[in-house]
Amino acid sequence: MKSLFSYLIFPGFLFSACVGLMAGWFDRKVSARLQWRIGPPWHQNFTDIIKLLGKEVIVPKGSQLTFLLSPYLGLIAAVLVATGLGRSIISPLASFSGDLIVVLYLLTIPAVALIIGASASRNPLASVGASREMKLVLGYELPFILSIIALIIKSKGVIQIGQVIIYQSIFGSNFFSLSGALAFLVIIFCMQAKLGLSPFEISEAEQEIMGGTLIEYSGLPLAVFKLTKAIMLYTLPLFVIILFFGRDLSSVFLIAKYLMLILIIVLIKNTNPRLRIDQALKFFWGPVTLSALIAVGLALLGR
Amino acid sequence: MNLKLRALTKSIWVFHVSAGSCNNCDIETLDCFTPRFDVERFGIQLIGSVRHADALLITGAMNKKSIPRMKKVYGQAPKPCFVIACGTCACSQHMFRDSYNVGEPLDKILPVDVYIPGCPPKPEAIIAGIVKLVDKVRKGK
Repeated sequence: MKSLFSYLIFPGFLFSACVGLMAGWFDRKVSARLQWRIGPPWHQNFTDIIKLLGKEVIVPKGSQLTFLLSPYLGLIAAVLVATGLGRSIISPLASFSGDLIVVLYLLTIPAVALIIGASASRNPLASVGASREMKLVLGYELPFILSIIALIIKSKGVIQIGQVIIYQSIFGSNFFSLSGALAFLVIIFCMQAKLGLSPFEISEAEQEIMGGTLIEYSGLPLAVFKLTKAIMLYTLPLFVIILFFGRDLSSVFLIAKYLMLILIIVLIKNTNPRLRIDQALKFFWGPVTLSALIAVGLALLGR
Repeated sequence: MNLKLRALTKSIWVFHVSAGSCNNCDIETLDCFTPRFDVERFGIQLIGSVRHADALLITGAMNKKSIPRMKKVYGQAPKPCFVIACGTCACSQHMFRDSYNVGEPLDKILPVDVYIPGCPPKPEAIIAGIVKLVDKVRKGK
């Protein structure tokens, strides 16, 4: 009963969706201010979701059952991560050893759900989007995992999120070391790609392939995808804060750090044009992986 | 007024369809999203896919080639979906009325909700048209 509550309401679905939608509004508002516009009111993203719930759901002819089920796969995984991270912050030692690895796996599932849904929709543009998303996943997962390995080495080989927090509260945040700063730089790029924001919104390119992976979705499934995206916008920065700035996680500091991180994401999004998929792959497998490897090396040297 | 309708009028996602226009209406439509007018304040967004659309903004006189496509596009949009005729061409075929390649006017083919005349209509006129659409939806047809 208690775990159901925490999954559905407090650190889980309802809370993370609300925070994520508000973060999405923050993103839109800051983007608008950067372009010298006014921007939407604070309830805009909630309104969008409610509107989508009231729209007709169109299922393309000949598409499989996976077309309607895959949005929920992504949502369930994202909510599970949000719940786990929230619980780890409240009581660091309540979780099991190795939950860091579980979180790493679960963070990939929304992208996989997107690929499955797009492939099931029988739309040529959606399949282009799905193939791009697949390549992007292959691109960013390697440096993402490498930089987290660097952190694990840095904090004496613990693979439990709570213990990473405790380690940092004793020895200071991971960010303030050479390997930590380098790994943070790498993870910023990977986070941008995982969230599907501007330099790496290759799979969704609105102007080019008309929404790409989401092209055939309408109504409720589209709303679920938007919610998944919002929850990821809450979860991923929180994960990065826990790993890199975990020294003081009291609520005021947590909110300040979260807003700073979102601001960095939005600024990167607004100042960079979209890359081609081959450029993105070269970027991730070239300089970014190299920096992640250097970060692992530095962590092994104890820096 | 129910919540669904209220949310719909607060976040209209517009799919822009050009049925053979001279591009002037298209340029004026895009002007609505620039800093001076900024219709994102009202939750209006341009979107890429018809499946996400709440409103089809149609520009240009419909020629015989584009009529079947236009019907198809309207069929692909999830209902409730509004149709906005933007520019005098879309409203009444303008100077192409008796042309050899122009078929029926737009409102004989699709249920048009709001007409925005002008050649091209100013962005202010387009916003005024959308305000009229919102009023009409809120009062219930």
